Amino acid sequence: MQLFLEQLTNGLAVGGIYALIALGYTMVYGVLKLINFAHGDLFTIGAFFGLTLLLSLGLTSHIGPVAGIIVLVLMVMGLVALIGALLERVAYRPLRTSPRLSAVVSALGASIFFQNAIMLIYGARFRVYPHDLLPTTTVSFLGVSIPVMRIVLFGASLVMMAGLYYFVQRTKTGTAIRAAAIDQGAAKLMGIDVNRVIMYVFLIGPALGGAAGVMVGMYYGQINFTMGWVYGLKAFTAAILGGIGNIPGAMLGGLLLGVIEAMGATYISLAWKDAISFMVLILILIFRPTGLLGERVADKV
Amino acid sequence: MKPATIINVLVVATLLVAPYWLNAYWVDVLNSIGIYAVLALSLNVILGYAGLFHMGHAAFFAVGTYTTAILNTQFGIPVLWLMPLSGLTAGFFALLVARPIIHLRGDYLLIVTIGIVEIVRIALVNNVFGITGGSNGIFGINRPELFGYVIRTPHEFYYLIFGFAAITVLLFLRLENSRFGRALNYIREDDVAAEGSGIDAAHYKLVAFVLGAFWAGMAGTIFAAKMTIVSPQSFTFWESVVMFTIVILGGSGNIRGVLLGAFLIVGLPEVFREFAGARMLVFGAAMILMMIFRPKGILPAQPRTYNLDFLAGPRGGGK
Repeated sequence: MQLFLEQLTNGLAVGGIYALIALGYTMVYGVLKLINFAHGDLFTIGAFFGLTLLLSLGLTSHIGPVAGIIVLVLMVMGLVALIGALLERVAYRPLRTSPRLSAVVSALGASIFFQNAIMLIYGARFRVYPHDLLPTTTVSFLGVSIPVMRIVLFGASLVMMAGLYYFVQRTKTGTAIRAAAIDQGAAKLMGIDVNRVIMYVFLIGPALGGAAGVMVGMYYGQINFTMGWVYGLKAFTAAILGGIGNIPGAMLGGLLLGVIEAMGATYISLAWKDAISFMVLILILIFRPTGLLGERVADKV
Repeated sequence: MKPATIINVLVVATLLVAPYWLNAYWVDVLNSIGIYAVLALSLNVILGYAGLFHMGHAAFFAVGTYTTAILNTQFGIPVLWLMPLSGLTAGFFALLVARPIIHLRGDYLLIVTIGIVEIVRIALVNNVFGITGGSNGIFGINRPELFGYVIRTPHEFYYLIFGFAAITVLLFLRLENSRFGRALNYIREDDVAAEGSGIDAAHYKLVAFVLGAFWAGMAGTIFAAKMTIVSPQSFTFWESVVMFTIVILGGSGNIRGVLLGAFLIVGLPEVFREFAGARMLVFGAAMILMMIFRPKGILPAQPRTYNLDFLAGPRGGGK
């Protein structure tokens, strides 16, 4: 039981990170019907920007650890959002009307470009995050000791998801995003600037992905230029699991996948951890391609 | 002679004599190009002719390679004899995994095939069934023997690989212009219309998968024989991406384009070896630019042409 609860909290912490990345995939897919293969690499860029800013600015020692990390994450989110918007401008906008395969190949090209750019700038070796950022203490709950780090990460991802949910459901821009996801043509006729909506999507998704990058750096302590695609693929699995194009679905899918993976690693086999996620992906696509919360079936498969 | 024929003759002649002027290193580069060319041609059946977004070809290649490696090292069966068997194993594996996913369209299929290639790699690393040798792989694969002659040096392998590539090209040219090839093209262009014309789309797609996998498995035998060591690192997702890009950038559905793609995508990085990291950066940027400015590849597939002169008839009835 203790092991179970420990793995549950671990799964939820990691799942929160998956959910944040998955939101980027699902929002882009919702509006453009494009799998943004470079999204995982935007996440990596976030992790590396976070490291650079941590080491160069020393924010945590100037304005205290809590405020320092919050400012840091916000800065990373801003920077990665800019790169995301730039990516859309350069690699995806010219292909808006092309066959889908062209955009997918372009996305793969962007992914290769980003990965190698990160490698050229930061080197191919693992880089280590300073490990004294978050408290390493644990709290005891129902006889289970939970690292405070997990609670902080889980809480942070919940806050960001709640913020996004509010933004998408309650604001005018959010409504425009939902409208464009349902029917771009009709949204245009209703006076929605679809280009602007797509730009917002490519600002928000990468921002959340970048934040997730910093969180992974703090949780696992080390980052590498290739880590983006494993996280990307898992987050994509999470998005499919919840129903691609569906924002609450991505959140649910992320948390669920994190827990499934943690349980699978504990009770089945650690070595097969990644394979379990991909099996989930394949099984979902075979048996319920619309995902758990997906509804629109017709044009999905 | 038509210009195309002259170019074909020139290319074949150059390939025949090229090893005489090249050292072992460059012949080895050509050998890699040859293997990738065969792999890309086999992927072309699935991705080019049938238009299925399949990005897990390295999985089938891996199954073929490991079949050869295991049977050769365990039972000492001569390598080249294992070629059809490796192909069959890979084809059977493709049948098993493609059957449930064949109805998936577009990028869904793409993602699932990526998942499959990763699962295969993880299975190999974890020494599945205790026969794949884990992350170290399998070593000590015998050299292939052809008519009592043992093939060892890169120069000798060159003729084996390019001989196989030549057979592949000839057979796939026949395939392209067969009833089967036309059916696949029809499915690629419009699968609903193809179904309407009596083509069993799911069946044809599945056959395309199995055929492509069969050929990739046979290429696996040659790969295993050339390397003498096989390990899971050779079958990552990126291997699949390389094959995928060769087909797409070279000219999906066009054998000439795919061959050119293999030369450019495997060969050029070797030429620019001194630029190490930056060449992949350029490669990524080139993929984006290609899709924007030349989305059908360097040598796009040509529309089929049919000679309809007979309709005109001797009395000029067609006028």
